[in-house]
Amino acid sequence: MAYIPNTDADRQAMLAAIGIDSVEELLSVIPKDVRLDGPLDLPPALSELELHDTMGEMAACNDSADRLASFVGGGMYDHFVPSAIGHLAGRSEFLTSYTPYQPEVSQGTLQGIYEFQTMICELTGLDVANASLYDGASAAAEAAMLARAATRRDRVILAGSLHPHYVETVRTYAHGPGIRVETVSCTDGTLDPDRLASALDDDTACVIVQHPNFYGCLESMGDLERVVHGAGALLVMAVDPISLGVIESPGAYGADIAVGEGQSMGNQVSYGGPALGFFAARDRFVRRMPGRIAGQTVDQEDRRGFVLTLQAREQHIRRDKATSNICTSQQLNALMATIYLSLIGKQGLKEVAELCLHKSHYAAERITRLPGYELAFDRPFFKEFAVRTPAPAGEIVTRLADEGLLAGVDLARFPSLELDNGLLIAVTERRTRSQIDRLVEALGRFS
Amino acid sequence: MSEPLIFELSSPGRRGVRLPAPDVPVKPISTYLPESDIRTAAPDLPEVSEVDVVRHYTRLSTLNYHPDRAMYPLGSCTIKHNPKVNEDMAALPGFARLHPLQQDETCQGSLRLLYELSSDLAEIAGMDGVTLQPAAGAHGELTGLMIMRAYHERRGHARRKVIIPDSAHGTNPASVTLVGYDTVQIPTNAHGLVDTGRLAELIDEETAAFMLTNPNTLGLFESEIRTIADIVHDAGALLYMDGANLNAVLGITRPGDMGFDVVHFNLHKTFSTPHGGGGPGAGPVGVRSDLVDFLPTPLPVKDGDAYRLDYDRPESIGRVRSFGGSFGMMVRAYAYIRANGPDGLRQVSENAILNANYIMRRLERHYPRTVLLHGTQKETPIPAEVPCQHEFVASGTRFREHGVRMLDIAKRLLDYGFYAPTIYFPLIVPEAAMVEPTETESKESIDRFIDAMLAIAEEAEKDPDLVRNAPHTTPVSRLDEARAAHPKSLNLRYRKSLAE
Repeated sequence: MAYIPNTDADRQAMLAAIGIDSVEELLSVIPKDVRLDGPLDLPPALSELELHDTMGEMAACNDSADRLASFVGGGMYDHFVPSAIGHLAGRSEFLTSYTPYQPEVSQGTLQGIYEFQTMICELTGLDVANASLYDGASAAAEAAMLARAATRRDRVILAGSLHPHYVETVRTYAHGPGIRVETVSCTDGTLDPDRLASALDDDTACVIVQHPNFYGCLESMGDLERVVHGAGALLVMAVDPISLGVIESPGAYGADIAVGEGQSMGNQVSYGGPALGFFAARDRFVRRMPGRIAGQTVDQEDRRGFVLTLQAREQHIRRDKATSNICTSQQLNALMATIYLSLIGKQGLKEVAELCLHKSHYAAERITRLPGYELAFDRPFFKEFAVRTPAPAGEIVTRLADEGLLAGVDLARFPSLELDNGLLIAVTERRTRSQIDRLVEALGRFS
Repeated sequence: MSEPLIFELSSPGRRGVRLPAPDVPVKPISTYLPESDIRTAAPDLPEVSEVDVVRHYTRLSTLNYHPDRAMYPLGSCTIKHNPKVNEDMAALPGFARLHPLQQDETCQGSLRLLYELSSDLAEIAGMDGVTLQPAAGAHGELTGLMIMRAYHERRGHARRKVIIPDSAHGTNPASVTLVGYDTVQIPTNAHGLVDTGRLAELIDEETAAFMLTNPNTLGLFESEIRTIADIVHDAGALLYMDGANLNAVLGITRPGDMGFDVVHFNLHKTFSTPHGGGGPGAGPVGVRSDLVDFLPTPLPVKDGDAYRLDYDRPESIGRVRSFGGSFGMMVRAYAYIRANGPDGLRQVSENAILNANYIMRRLERHYPRTVLLHGTQKETPIPAEVPCQHEFVASGTRFREHGVRMLDIAKRLLDYGFYAPTIYFPLIVPEAAMVEPTETESKESIDRFIDAMLAIAEEAEKDPDLVRNAPHTTPVSRLDEARAAHPKSLNLRYRKSLAE
């Protein structure tokens, strides 16, 4: 076996040193009645060469954005990933090491976390951030649980315009501990502040609002913030980090917690993961935050260094009293996000965001001029918009895939949205005018 | 000289990547966005060139120890070699650039991979159904608990508590709390195993589950596992296996055959996906047939020759995250299982066990295996004739007389070029060091590690200060943990805002 260096001679020498004749003697503690009596029923081993061929064929069965122009979004986006990211994050020192339990030999990872936390605070305008969580949806669920613990209230309200996966994940997490979750419907594409106000009560721990929301629309954040805080609840915002190049930060809107999916920052979509959730909050919540946090300190020679800190929140210390069961972060993905934000920089993030804004509006203007197409919601949007289509959106998406276009997300995939013939179209900086024009032309054939 | 923060390398006007000019009409952004939503203060991100970025992160990387450099004997974490071909497979553009919300017809290659990996994991664990959705081991554990809760609720009584051994991973009780159950701890007996008599006393009609790791966290196989399973099932409870130590049993025994009802896998341990400095991982969960309905939605299924995601699962606990999970990790695990085949996987476990026993035997005179008798500080030896499985837990109490703790020995090991074992876990072993070599270390590599451990044992007696003040050769020396625990220490932005 290529991954097992020991030879038979090595094994014999080791057995002799132990004082036994065979490995079987080491397995004697496993009762016969639970032992497998034959080999596992799995395909035989492949050589590395065969593996390349087999898996290369599987990958080639997919119609990915490598070959097709993608307008698919809905929480993960085909943004440009600069080459340096893969080369740096692929270094063994980052890729193969584990959680920095021994900080003296993990400063690369730890300083990377500190830089990441700083960047997330810069983006969100909040005081403290953690080292990352699994994804945006589980970060939203963790926010709901933090809000419950911090306010000692048991209800969580979700905007109906929140990503359906986030809604479902919050509900799944809420079930066991008995958190009551309610969704306020958003029939005109955004959360109506008055409707929200009537749903709030003095047992509401938090309201989770996505901005721009699942349909791409901007919410009326100023009004929502007043309503939420007026009821003594916490405001949790789910945000797209790229949007923060042009759109106001959660901190400036008055949010208490900001979460989101960080894939857009230098990570591939990779059929849904791995990517990263980010989590930032006001400083008063720091001791209730889930996940790993790195902090700056000094060593015995007074040199700057970094360690995992505030571990009294964590499961290996607090066990059943921990703030969360999370014991790692999406470290490599967070590092990729950190490298992305370093490369793209202050000016670059604004430019990426503006390119998304210009291109998506160019696409929307052209598409809505086609007979039978209209914006599902007449609201300001950032890089993504929902249109009503003259034919079932699923049919359009299927047909356009044959023409080299991934036209968007068929909103019928999400029955809870109750939106017929809805197509969600995302336009990132990566899409060219000619690709957009091809999409418009192809959509026009359904008019 | 420490590496500056990337922000400290910033110089106004520098760019790390340039973007194309707009190729569509450009209007003022206020045409599109209300003034109140336009950001006024730009985030203060670094302004650096690509060269700055490449050098900064390359220099930072050199401050890390990692298993491509030397043995990383971190017990319970299974830091094995990460085959390079797996990285290339995950980076194939057909996988890496496939969007999770594309229609199933355009994702047949990935769906086939999900379907086959689920089947392979079910076969390896002796289970009937598998979800690949959980993002990490702790997430798998949480998902498993949610499934068990759903099972009991369906039977009309959710029950209230979950029993775990006092040697359990800290995530176990934390996950139990998250699903609204109470934790009941069961002591380990003098042999380092579950006290089955005590288990029978503790279990009752309010017990939802017993969570166990097998081999357990002492590296010992729970030989009475069938009895344990009977006790649990007779009480109407479920038996959960924390799959942290699955690297010991591949092709030898299976959780399902041992009587477990639910198991989580750690693709980043057993199936060689890289740990990434602390993630991403992947924590699939396998269940026996009568729990399959509760698995998270969706599941990959095969209809004829076509694969699709099945969302029509009314009894499901729901989603535990967005999209389908850590797909990139699944690609790597799939490649690993295919590269090994059934015989190779068994070789993995046999060699992991052999390597661990070899180290244990050669170190036992200086680092014996012991366990604290429940409720006492009385240290009891694990009988010498009992083999360990893929890892073992040694105690460093004999160095106390020299004022040397296991923490010091761990730090000294860094000077010898090795990462340290897991220390002070499990909690029932005094001055614990949990050593897991994995199957991917050669005898030479293991011998070097043993030599280092023996040399440190000698140093601890003859020159304890050398050990107590270790490490001496690392990029930084021991760090002041207390000073990091203040909000101003948690990021540069907040530090600056407090200074203003």
